[in-house]
Amino acid sequence: MTDTAAPATDPTVESTGPNEHGYRTFRLGGFTFHRDEHFAHVEWPTGRHVLSIEAFLKALMRDVAWNFFYGIVNFDAVIGTMNHYGTVDLFAGRYNDAYRKAELDHQENFPHEQIIATFKAILADWTNDGYDPFAAPQETGSPFGEKRGDNLAAITRTRVTANRMVGVPGDEPLRSDATGHPINRMFADVPQDEPSVEPAPGYEAEVAAFNLYAYLSRSDVTWNPSVVSVCRDSLYCPTTEEFILPIIHGNDRVEWFVQLSDEIHWKVEDRETGEPRANVVMKAGDVAAMPADIRHQGYSPKRAMLLVWENGSPELPDLIAQGKAPKTAVEF
Amino acid sequence: MATYTTRFGSLDDYDKGGVELINDNARNYVFSNMFEVAAGARPWEKVGVAKNMEYVLEVIRAEGTSEWRATAHDEFALVVDGQVTVELLDPDQPQVGEGASGSVAVDGDPAGTPMGRVVAGRGHMTLLPAGRCYRFSAERPSVILLQTIEGPGTVYRWSEICQTA
Repeated sequence: MTDTAAPATDPTVESTGPNEHGYRTFRLGGFTFHRDEHFAHVEWPTGRHVLSIEAFLKALMRDVAWNFFYGIVNFDAVIGTMNHYGTVDLFAGRYNDAYRKAELDHQENFPHEQIIATFKAILADWTNDGYDPFAAPQETGSPFGEKRGDNLAAITRTRVTANRMVGVPGDEPLRSDATGHPINRMFADVPQDEPSVEPAPGYEAEVAAFNLYAYLSRSDVTWNPSVVSVCRDSLYCPTTEEFILPIIHGNDRVEWFVQLSDEIHWKVEDRETGEPRANVVMKAGDVAAMPADIRHQGYSPKRAMLLVWENGSPELPDLIAQGKAPKTAVEF
Repeated sequence: MATYTTRFGSLDDYDKGGVELINDNARNYVFSNMFEVAAGARPWEKVGVAKNMEYVLEVIRAEGTSEWRATAHDEFALVVDGQVTVELLDPDQPQVGEGASGSVAVDGDPAGTPMGRVVAGRGHMTLLPAGRCYRFSAERPSVILLQTIEGPGTVYRWSEICQTA
């Protein structure tokens, strides 16, 4: 996973400026990105699009932090990226039925290194001091206005990726006040007790356990899965969710959700056209699969704990490219 | 300042959501609830509630003392209700082939060196290390969500546990 923002001086990044608002303008192939006090503007050879700068930065933050994730990251109904695991498509209107029918859609494929460098540079230049794109709306400052400083510390967080399990000696550490992870205001009632771990001498590295719920109650980000346990290619990627998932995730493989606490509502649409297919309401204890031919966006009224379960098999991209990956998790 | 109540489910108190269809088939979402599954399961049954190719998540109703099991790969037991004690043992002889998937039942009490134990409550996740044996016990009905690979003990009953319409 990525953890370093590229400066605007990276030779692979085309940029000009700053403009009258203090922000640089970026070019990637036929796409141009510029911002003003309120909006991000994206232009391509057959059209243009405008997004709230807040929505744009939150989506861009996830796309960069997740290294383009699995499949499609739609910033909204028009703009987004599709990961081919080595190269990445940047598109406008490609997964929007009206744009497709009007032949206004456009997409270009870029080497991973080129697009990630450009996206990091945009994020670094356009994120102002005091604004954290990972934070819940009530827990951060404003992204709007003329340029004022930056927030590199917030946008270059290292994503947690345990090798075996959080808390195992030598692996990812637990969170605490001392590590800079206070209990979130919406999880103040979550018990912080730890399991009783009683290893026999010589087995300290293998007799291991931790309080996952306490760990999640101290997460300082929203909608940002991190890996806490690894069973071969099976990855537990829990995350804490509040407000709206800043992207609309278009699956290229089956993905599973286990609702550990509270409640999330998912709007599910057809991956290609955006036509609504279902609403999925998940309450504590519920388990559901997201098929590989949909896109989904979550709404979380209260900060909630969601276990995202992924299959990170290196064989899957080839199966997906050949159209051989299953679209549904189970036939019954 | 507002106060918030975090809602966790349990065997005795859970509220299930569901799939509200617009233009789809409910079966595509394989929607179930861990507590409902555990409520209808026999003690120590390993009921698959999620499957991604060979990988599975199993719900286990923990009640009494389980058999000993051996695993060739790491597994992870998350207690989602109640309290479960996990005993770990380093067997004198391998109890499962290196490339095996899922866990296998071990006959009787395997010979070996006790490695220690974990007493895990709700929200606690325990490593079940590769090549070792483990046994669960629970004084009152509890629920485990197990991250593992499909094995000989995995039970599927999708039509019974999932929303179908």
